[in-house]
Amino acid sequence: MSGTFVGMPAFPEAAHEAVHNQTLRGNLRHATHTIRAKRAKAVSEVSDWAELREAGKRIKDHTLRRLDHYLVQLEESVVAAGGTVHWAADADEANEIVTRLVKMTGESEVVKVKSMATQEIGLNEALEAEGIRAYETDLAELIVQLGKDRPSHILVPAIHRNRGEIRDIFEREMSEWGRPAPEGLTDTPAELAEAARLHLREKFLRAKVGISGANFMVADTGTLVVVESEGNGRMCLTLPETLISVVGIEKIVPTWQDLEVFLQTLPRSSTAERMNPYTSTWTGTTDEDGPQNFHLVLLDNGRSDTLADEVGRQALRCIRCSACLNVCPVYERAGGHAYGSVYPGPIGAILSPQLRGTASEIDASLPYASSLCGACYEVCPVAIDIPEVLVHLRERVVEGGPVVREGNKVVLKPAKGHAAERAAMRAARWAFTHPGVLRTGQRAASRTRRLHPRTLPGPGRAWSDTRNLPPVPAEPFRDWWQRTNGGKEGGK
Amino acid sequence: MSSRERILGRVRRALADAPGEDVPVERGYLREHGDRSVEETVELLAENLADYRAIVHRCTAAGLPATLAGMLAARGAKTVLVPPGLEPAWLADAGTEQVPDRAGSTPHELDRVDSVVTACAVAVAETGTLVLDGGPDQGRRRITLVPDHHICVVRVPDQVVSSVPQALERLDPVRPLTWISGPSATSDIELDRVEGVHGPRTLEVVLVGSQPSEDVNS
Repeated sequence: MSGTFVGMPAFPEAAHEAVHNQTLRGNLRHATHTIRAKRAKAVSEVSDWAELREAGKRIKDHTLRRLDHYLVQLEESVVAAGGTVHWAADADEANEIVTRLVKMTGESEVVKVKSMATQEIGLNEALEAEGIRAYETDLAELIVQLGKDRPSHILVPAIHRNRGEIRDIFEREMSEWGRPAPEGLTDTPAELAEAARLHLREKFLRAKVGISGANFMVADTGTLVVVESEGNGRMCLTLPETLISVVGIEKIVPTWQDLEVFLQTLPRSSTAERMNPYTSTWTGTTDEDGPQNFHLVLLDNGRSDTLADEVGRQALRCIRCSACLNVCPVYERAGGHAYGSVYPGPIGAILSPQLRGTASEIDASLPYASSLCGACYEVCPVAIDIPEVLVHLRERVVEGGPVVREGNKVVLKPAKGHAAERAAMRAARWAFTHPGVLRTGQRAASRTRRLHPRTLPGPGRAWSDTRNLPPVPAEPFRDWWQRTNGGKEGGK
Repeated sequence: MSSRERILGRVRRALADAPGEDVPVERGYLREHGDRSVEETVELLAENLADYRAIVHRCTAAGLPATLAGMLAARGAKTVLVPPGLEPAWLADAGTEQVPDRAGSTPHELDRVDSVVTACAVAVAETGTLVLDGGPDQGRRRITLVPDHHICVVRVPDQVVSSVPQALERLDPVRPLTWISGPSATSDIELDRVEGVHGPRTLEVVLVGSQPSEDVNS
């Protein structure tokens, strides 16, 4: 995945910083609670939600089970419709392909539709290194780009910013990138949106190359689908002469009819709308309407490795609605940046360590970035059992075991940092099966509780670095129970 | 080995180890939600369009030229963009200068036009969505995008369906499609909804029926 987040501290460290940022927590709490309530209402309007969810899950599972077949079919359909298909095994290859295609047009700037896939591969940075400027045109992405910031939410990448911060970013940075912010810009959302409109319109009207992702690709027709709200997507998809779409290989649906499921579940799950303001579909090229050159870059970048994992592959069903972020108590407090990936929240906690592997500290820590409360599974419109995959990945990190990386089977070693945890668990098992030992230990702990350090010494330090040690009670529960006859005789 | 072969090989190996049968796709969901008469479906379309801040008008086929002329005049539009196959009678009463869409017209030229009038391919009542398929009376995708004011004419009830599944059945995936639900909007700033970021800031919809009827919210 992208180099954007290289050097990130592990989740617990990053989250520790984030939860002490009052502004961030306020912005996030407001946003997630607002959208959560709206979503519940939008979903309740549809009486067959459970059936739609089941159908979505099954369509995706069916597609993944025959992904090779549908990829070949999609390629044929796109080529028949006048498009060109490229295959990219990893981020570097995808970036090279896109860079080459842009250079072939002779252009040195491109307009971009918000796309998780291009963020994942760090496309903007790769283009910049080759002297090509990529303009993000989604309002939130623009805020992130101008603020030299990183996205923190799948759907609303600037969710961590409030209006005052956005105003300051626009005023300070817009002139660097093109049309400056209007004089006397206030922080009302309408004025800020207008400033973005003026700033970006000059770019849209002159752009010769557009770059997008896609929400869906239909195998039997070769149709690509982009779902959006602002119209920036339509601008990038229809005004330029050349369109390059970078799409993960898991985004396929087999038939045109299958869209009827996802065009109902995606808007209601993501923005809590009956339908998003704009959806564009295109099949290859159309004479005199829209781009006359269309390139589809099919991106693997860890997806086929993820497919090889029987438990973890369900993460590939994800349609990037972000409902799981908005209900997650951990995301709400830690914010998206703490996940160290373009995919934050519960889905990020299972997707990133599978796409990138668990070799880095941050990736090994992500399966632990959850309280396993299950709210993410409840809201997922394709029924990804995120808690199940989290537990599976925790086991993988702690115990090691066989995995597939870049198409090769390898055996992971148990993660180092977890040696102390394993030792502690072994000790606990022993103590719990020896009641006398447990009683003695508990009494000793209570008597010495004022002397306990706030963090554990020695090998336990890593554990307590990221967790508050629970206070030890003045009296063990078992003693209290005996002394008070099970609580019936009162007493402290 | 090409990347195509490498990726397909990885996918095949990943699936070869996987036990279990193919997953059958069951479509237990509804084709439409609720039981409505044709009139009620049109009514629901009008309500949902208005709920997403489109401005909804109603008139008869005979009254359409006067209705469109009135809307353009009220807007103060000096120029109106016209797709090549739009029924000429529709704009017969309008005093607004008509700009035909040409393949050669640049985005900058489109940006200087005040309004655009198009027909549509199908409208979805349950979601308040208009679908344009680039037919001759709807024009290229860009003409309903760059101007700030879009008037879309829907023939009711024959162009109206209840639901998304019914709409997809009617549409041809080979054509470039634009689904429009209300004017351009963003909720990126503190999740406050703001209309009109990059697409038309005003969307007006004329429901043209055989029966005269009251305006919904205009």
